[in-house]
Amino acid sequence: MNLEFSPAELAFRAEVRAFLREKLPPDIRAKVLGFKRLVREDWVRWTQILHEKGWSAPSWPKEAGGPGWSTIEQHIFDEECAAAGAPPVIAFGVRMVAPVLMAFGTREQQEYFLPRILSGEHWWCQGYSEPGSGSDLASLKTRAERRGDKYIVNGQKTWNTLGHFADWIFCLVRTDPGAKPQAGISFLLIDMKTPGITVRPIPLLDGEHEVNEVWFDNVEVPVANRVGEENKGWTYAKYLLAHERVNIAQLGQCKRELKKLKDLAARARSGGAPLIADARFRDRIAEVEIDLLALEFTVLRVLKDDGAKSNPGPESSLLKVRGSEIQQTLTELKMQALGHYALPWIPEALDAGWQGEPADAAEWAPLTGRYFNMRKTSIYSGSNEIQRNIIAQRILGL
Amino acid sequence: MDFQLTQDQKMLQEAVQQFVAGEYDFESRNKVLATPFGFSERIWNGLAEQGVLGIGLPEAYGGLGGPVEVMVVMEQLGAGLVLEPFLSTVVLGGGLIARRGSSEQQAQILPRMVEGQCRVALAHHEAGARYALDYVNTVARERDGAYVLSGKKTVVLDGATANLLIVSARDETATSSSASSGARTPLSLFLVDPTTPGVRIVPYRTQDGRNAADIELNDVSVAKDRLIAGGHEALEEAIDHAIAALCAEAVGIMEALNAATLEYLKTRVQFGQPIGRSQVLQHRMADMFMMAVQARSMSILATGRCAANAERAQRRHDLSAAKAYIGKAGRFVGQQAVQLHGGMGMSAELIVSHYFKRLTMIGVTFGDVDHHVGVISDQILAESA
Repeated sequence: MNLEFSPAELAFRAEVRAFLREKLPPDIRAKVLGFKRLVREDWVRWTQILHEKGWSAPSWPKEAGGPGWSTIEQHIFDEECAAAGAPPVIAFGVRMVAPVLMAFGTREQQEYFLPRILSGEHWWCQGYSEPGSGSDLASLKTRAERRGDKYIVNGQKTWNTLGHFADWIFCLVRTDPGAKPQAGISFLLIDMKTPGITVRPIPLLDGEHEVNEVWFDNVEVPVANRVGEENKGWTYAKYLLAHERVNIAQLGQCKRELKKLKDLAARARSGGAPLIADARFRDRIAEVEIDLLALEFTVLRVLKDDGAKSNPGPESSLLKVRGSEIQQTLTELKMQALGHYALPWIPEALDAGWQGEPADAAEWAPLTGRYFNMRKTSIYSGSNEIQRNIIAQRILGL
Repeated sequence: MDFQLTQDQKMLQEAVQQFVAGEYDFESRNKVLATPFGFSERIWNGLAEQGVLGIGLPEAYGGLGGPVEVMVVMEQLGAGLVLEPFLSTVVLGGGLIARRGSSEQQAQILPRMVEGQCRVALAHHEAGARYALDYVNTVARERDGAYVLSGKKTVVLDGATANLLIVSARDETATSSSASSGARTPLSLFLVDPTTPGVRIVPYRTQDGRNAADIELNDVSVAKDRLIAGGHEALEEAIDHAIAALCAEAVGIMEALNAATLEYLKTRVQFGQPIGRSQVLQHRMADMFMMAVQARSMSILATGRCAANAERAQRRHDLSAAKAYIGKAGRFVGQQAVQLHGGMGMSAELIVSHYFKRLTMIGVTFGDVDHHVGVISDQILAESA
């Protein structure tokens, strides 16, 4: 047993850190660390910088154009990117649709789509949830009727993240309404510019535009854009849902935010004294620090013990539950650190370069919204209750 | 980075598991519980024959392995709820002597310990100290070329069955040489034979079936060569090693409790179906499982820091974090195991309640959750300055 990273892993960490120091644009870094609004161009610019280095798809094997990193190397990369304030890799292309294409796509699909995901030319979004289908995803109703070499798609997807930036959407659609729910679903790749697609923002509790409804009105999709077999889409969907593991706990981001929480508590004042001198508040930081350490070594054990396995197991549910809970606690404590400064809503202060008054609002104004926003983490990607079902049923056999 | 046990460590694990399964089933354990102080000479000798009493001690004295081997053993002793004083004797006493004792002390004590002849208790805690390691009023003075110890120790774990005490005291003979003005009198550790005149032992049982004692020292004469070097630093280090061992024991217990609870959820039928079909109980069990998995991660971290001789600040941080987490997890898993067993969880005739009691006592030994959260919290304050 040995808890230290190997010299090669330490050298890799140093290489990633040096790269980030040199290449991460300061304006993007400032936005990420300050929870300011990122525009599409920020993400694309960063993806292109990563692509030049060959690092835009950290989880991909060498054959597919990725760096071919081990799970531990991917973990180190994520941790360093988060610490430096790099925008997180948008998962939908790199981590979600790409593994499905590599496993089940045709050669033409692979050759067309994978390089464009790597280069950042294609922004992908996800068409899974529907108004009536959340945790019970297999009940989805969006229809795709085969007509010659096309499908005609009609229906509505929802909770579509950053679809207003996207070029392509991967969708689960019902191709056999007569079959059992799981047996009549297909997996389609749809160009967002196809006539009949409407994207409408869903206003969120923090006032920001992050998710959308996507409407399909007689949208024509070439049969060649179906992944795998017709009516086997559920298999591919499950593969996709189970594939995310390395960064599911958002460990790097949690570590960075813990550090920022401590900095904030050292600067915030309570009765004129540093808030961090208040043991009642500081103990809560200590508790989340301990929880995070327990999660970190659990992540490392999972990555190390079955890094060789290509098919992640149900233990990723644990990482998702605890990672989301800790992210929420951290944002909650940061809001709490603000005291009554948690109250003002100054959405302009979320724009980089804003210089209005109160002058220091640029720093604290984003934090309360961030707290509200992060309530999503225990709901998305399979709610934490669904994750507990998975643990109870698939690990414990209940 | 490597979290796997070596082949030898797996063999050790299996050997201890088999010993416990063969010698320490529920009925056999009840017989040990029925002894005056929860101690069986036969079991102790058996552990010696298995080589368990040398685990973590130097090979030169018949020992084997280090903190990782201690972790392996403690998990199994936890799962078997073994009452005998492996922790006090081998981990605390043996470890302290192996790291800090003189070569004479090592040669005299360790081979006897490995053979089962020597049982140690750490006589450190005093009334009013709670978990503060530095709060010691027992004093050591010099008289006629020997130390003379006076003071009162409380809740000395395994104090009723020990034949060697390690006593902490304010060492007044050391003030002039090492302490600057204003500093507290330094702490020293002494090897004390409990049969020495002036030692008065008031033994009692503990909630979890073990034993402890209050120990009075009235002008107890201790030879000069009975001082263990290292003072406070040595004590803190020994207790950190004991904390790591307790974490491993707690992990062994939590996993055994979870297995028992899971089995109960699958077999106990109410309203015409196994109670484990109920989602509220499934989620509770999922939470217990997640706690135990992370507790194991923390146990590995604690042991890893001890095994690597991590520098003090990191060792202290991670050991306190581990003890706090395991205290929290142990409380949750223990309480919920009793809850999910319903009335059966309250029965002394099922092992569940015994696991729960031991987990609870581990929680209050060498610092509870609040204490160790406080340690981390104080570090956060210090770093912010």
